[in-house]
Amino acid sequence: MTAAPTTATAPTRGLNASRTTATAARVLRQLRHDPRTIAMMILIPCVMLLLLRYVFDGSPRTFDSIGASLLGIFPLITMFLVTSIATLRERTSGTLERLLAMPLGKGDLIAGYALAFGALAIVQSALATGLAVRLLGLDVTGSAWLLLLVALLDALLGTALGLFVSAFAASEFQAVQFMPAVIFPQLLLCGLFTPRDNMHPVLETISDVLPMSYAVDGMNEVLHHTDMTATFVRDTLIVAGCALLVLGLGAATLRRRTP
Amino acid sequence: MMNYSPAHSPGHSPEPSSSSSPSTPAPEPPEPAAVHAENLTVVRGPRTVLHRLDFTVPRGQITGLLGPSGCGKSTLMRSVVGTQAKVAGTLDVLGRPAGHPALRTRIGYVTQAPSVYDDLTVRQNLDYFAAILDPGRAAADRRAEDVTRAIADVDLTSHADALAGNLSGGQRNRVSLAVALLGAPELLVLDEPTVGLDPVLRRDLWNLFHDIATTRGATLLVSSHVMDEAERCHRLLLMRQGEILADGTPEALRGRTGADTVEAAFLHLVDQAAETAREKETTP
Repeated sequence: MTAAPTTATAPTRGLNASRTTATAARVLRQLRHDPRTIAMMILIPCVMLLLLRYVFDGSPRTFDSIGASLLGIFPLITMFLVTSIATLRERTSGTLERLLAMPLGKGDLIAGYALAFGALAIVQSALATGLAVRLLGLDVTGSAWLLLLVALLDALLGTALGLFVSAFAASEFQAVQFMPAVIFPQLLLCGLFTPRDNMHPVLETISDVLPMSYAVDGMNEVLHHTDMTATFVRDTLIVAGCALLVLGLGAATLRRRTP
Repeated sequence: MMNYSPAHSPGHSPEPSSSSSPSTPAPEPPEPAAVHAENLTVVRGPRTVLHRLDFTVPRGQITGLLGPSGCGKSTLMRSVVGTQAKVAGTLDVLGRPAGHPALRTRIGYVTQAPSVYDDLTVRQNLDYFAAILDPGRAAADRRAEDVTRAIADVDLTSHADALAGNLSGGQRNRVSLAVALLGAPELLVLDEPTVGLDPVLRRDLWNLFHDIATTRGATLLVSSHVMDEAERCHRLLLMRQGEILADGTPEALRGRTGADTVEAAFLHLVDQAAETAREKETTP
């Protein structure tokens, strides 16, 4: 049949909106068949915040600062884990090879994942932020919407890191180990446990180049200032820039031809 | 498969045994062969998997790629599809170098292990892949039709809303095959599509393959390590250890070796190759 489909154009440069949204819809549809995962993603941050609130029952100031930081850290960690496993499964099940043999741009795939998990992160962060501010008495000077914005960017960063790291994991076991390898050092150095300028100068310098430090800084800016400060803008831009950079690196790890 | 109408061409039965004779007198088309390889060499890690292969796969026919496990069938198919790295030599597919972006909508490819999403239903799987092949809201109706047809082709209509992960191995294989049938590809590359299927399903699938070749005019490159499937192909490429032992119609192969079956012909050719190799070694 020489009457080939007339749509035999294969645009692979740039993003194709239809293919990207189809991919995002597919990822969300997969998750919908797994309600337990969705429930855990959404409820665990809330339960942790609740726990934290009563752990620091006697010192609400501590809850404020740690709680705000955690609002940024939760989406990063969850999205990192979910994305790294999801893309690893895509690689091992052969569906990635199949997709890349089709007219799907690498950017479409990555953007599709980012869109799907970004949507999920909005729900997760909205619930966690709402709970912390409304019910648990987290004392935010600035707008809670800004907290949400930073949380969303953190989720994007987590998705990006997860995508990137899954290229270096040959099994689910390895993928999960990347969580302590990639996330824990950032967690220790981001200023959650002690202000960054109290750290050993070497560690402080290292923390200056880790994106999570800026995520936590941004959260604290919102916590202490009524307006959007210049530092806040800088912090969010850095987190967003890092997320885009790592997404680009993640796209580079997708190869149409494999050995 | 079960729904294909045998009424398409009276006087021409898609029964493999009869159609294996060149009963489809495709008037030598000016268009290039479906696959043309010259000096094709593929290296995987330290091993050279394919050694300087020369072969041609004609259009509109079923070409069987037969040989024992590990002889390089999958690597050859991956090279044709354009997912194999380190391919040297010439490999043209549908008139373009293998892996050319314009080929991505024209080739349907089924990997050996079913590559579908286990946590989606059969229809959701096909809907997604269809949206990648033929994107946009304007194409939604055409896509829905295409998906329904592909599901019917592989006889999974009654399972369309079942999760792929809950299907049997053979059924999942057929979901994977249905994905490859989307968009009416000109070349279908099927890596062991009938493994693990019962005889009835195997027969039905082969009838479907013949139907696709005759009524849709597509070219099929089908691999198998089961020699009795060879009789159902128009042409055969017999492979062993990364080399092509023989290339021709099943009759020609049987005639050449004086064997009754393709399996016997294959064994004869293997023995012959081993003998010539030994002779080469002993005579300096």
